Amino acid sequence: MALTKQEWLDLEKKAHELRHLTLQTTVWAGSGHLGGGLSVLDLLTVLYHKYLNIKVDEPKWEDRDRFILSKGHAAIAYAPVLCDKGFNDPEMLKTFNLSGSKMGMHLDSNKVVGVDASTGSLGHGCSIAAGTALAARILGKDYLTYVVTGDGELDEGSNWEAFMTMNQYKLSNCIVFVDRNHNMIDGPTEEVMALEPLADKLTSFGFNTICVDGNNIKELCDAIDVAIERSKEAQAPTCILMDTLKGAGILSVQGDYHCHYMAIDDPTFEKYKAELDQYYADRVARVEKEAE
Amino acid sequence: MAGGFVYNAIDQTEVATAEIYGKAIADIMLNDPKVVAITADLAKSTKLGDVLKVCPERVINVGIAEQDMFGVAAGMARAGVIPFVSGFSAFCSMRACDQLHTDICYQNVNAKIVATHSGTSFGQAGSTHHAITDLAITRAMPNLTVIVPADGFETANAVNAAYNTEGPFYIRINRGFDLVLYDNMDYGFEVGKAVTINEGTDITVIACGSCVAQAKKAAEFLKNADGLSVRVLNMHTIKPIDKDAILKAVLETRRIITVEDHLVTGGLGSAVAEVVVDSGKACAFKMLGHKGFAMIGLQEDIMADAGIDANGIIASVREVMNKDFEEDNDWDDEY
Repeated sequence: MALTKQEWLDLEKKAHELRHLTLQTTVWAGSGHLGGGLSVLDLLTVLYHKYLNIKVDEPKWEDRDRFILSKGHAAIAYAPVLCDKGFNDPEMLKTFNLSGSKMGMHLDSNKVVGVDASTGSLGHGCSIAAGTALAARILGKDYLTYVVTGDGELDEGSNWEAFMTMNQYKLSNCIVFVDRNHNMIDGPTEEVMALEPLADKLTSFGFNTICVDGNNIKELCDAIDVAIERSKEAQAPTCILMDTLKGAGILSVQGDYHCHYMAIDDPTFEKYKAELDQYYADRVARVEKEAE
Repeated sequence: MAGGFVYNAIDQTEVATAEIYGKAIADIMLNDPKVVAITADLAKSTKLGDVLKVCPERVINVGIAEQDMFGVAAGMARAGVIPFVSGFSAFCSMRACDQLHTDICYQNVNAKIVATHSGTSFGQAGSTHHAITDLAITRAMPNLTVIVPADGFETANAVNAAYNTEGPFYIRINRGFDLVLYDNMDYGFEVGKAVTINEGTDITVIACGSCVAQAKKAAEFLKNADGLSVRVLNMHTIKPIDKDAILKAVLETRRIITVEDHLVTGGLGSAVAEVVVDSGKACAFKMLGHKGFAMIGLQEDIMADAGIDANGIIASVREVMNKDFEEDNDWDDEY
């Protein structure tokens, strides 16, 4: 289902709102993983507002599509998405990271409604996704499993164990995303632990690899459409390698590894909000240009 | 190396615990299409041959990748499948420890781990393949039920109980050469309830796994040779532990020895000690188990070396019986 211009604009607007809510949540929490949250936020928006077959009023519906946030620290963006969608009371966001809250830095699937896996320890989500996809085969179900891992997270060897399982069992009903924001806590990935040539590595592990601009909603949707089409028969799984900007939307810090985890004071909050507005305006202008 | 009650694994002809597991899981899988067996290149070693015969499509082999195996199991369990995950204890508890902690226990999923080749049962393979820290690790995991069956029949009971009980289980079995303790499966197995193997009033030996049969032999010998009345408890469930049986032993026998094919740190002995200390009641107490990395060799030789075979238990019972310990029933002077 090709993306119409209106759908694209609607998704841009939703992503914009969610970027603001993510920034606001970071302020409520005092600090947060803003960089890796914002880099993956376009994907979260697209999945939760276009693709995932889920029921907000029946969060445990057994035929629902699954989404696993392997890079669990992006919860600062994921929690706003889940609250905005209606799975949890948005008031909960004001308690994010606070003592006694149901929402910590990494979401607990037994406490936050709509979360399919408790993640945070890196390198776990892809195996859980593989098991979820295998379960669909065993139970004769058609649901899809989506999983997103960070790029620095790929340093964990367990991911590659999971990729081998996905390939061995031809789990094309599991769609893997890599958030390639090029940065980790201690610096650029290529300086800390080089990943390139990453697309070649993923392909050599059996994936049908699609490289996209992960902060371009149209490119994301086009790639997901291909992956869904491929999921209809058991074959090599699809990996969508998303080139993204860490901290996407906060123009003064995006792309800098220092935005991995940030504390934000009031003047900075106002500055960042203005930058998000400018970013949105630029993206809408891009839609107007490219959708013609 | 040791005489007396040492048995020879090569000569013995008793039922192999792991084979019973294979049969039990095959029966369950035949009757429930939601049950899956997962292995990490050890389908044969972990006796899944029967399962491979009846439903090969539900045996998932992830290759030599225990971390992946536990993550896959967690994903399956959350989707409504009941995975029975089997692998060597050493790697289930240590290589995949983070996945056991986070994917299985933190998420509290309905996954069943059957850890084989536990303790020093893979004796000649050495310390890389001995699992003498796994009880300390698994006992510390919230939500996880930890069972150490003493023979094949008890393994079958444990597997059935795990299948019939929601939540994660860790069942710790050996390589497959255990002495038979029970005549059949009908002895009243219940998760969290110790089985009294031998009634006794002088001292209680609390054992698990392969040490239960050794304790039983020791009790029989001590009755005949020393006239001692030794209570033997098969503490098959390490977590949740049977506090009532332990406190009853404290009150009635005033002397306790624990024995396990595991380090004395953090395993059965520690679990029993915690109950005793928490009760505020005193008793003579000795923990038998490994004190460090075990020697290489046949399991019976390793057990003799560690003092956890029948001869070792006999020696420890005599030692504890000779300790000067209050025999009266007046508890008020012991606080």
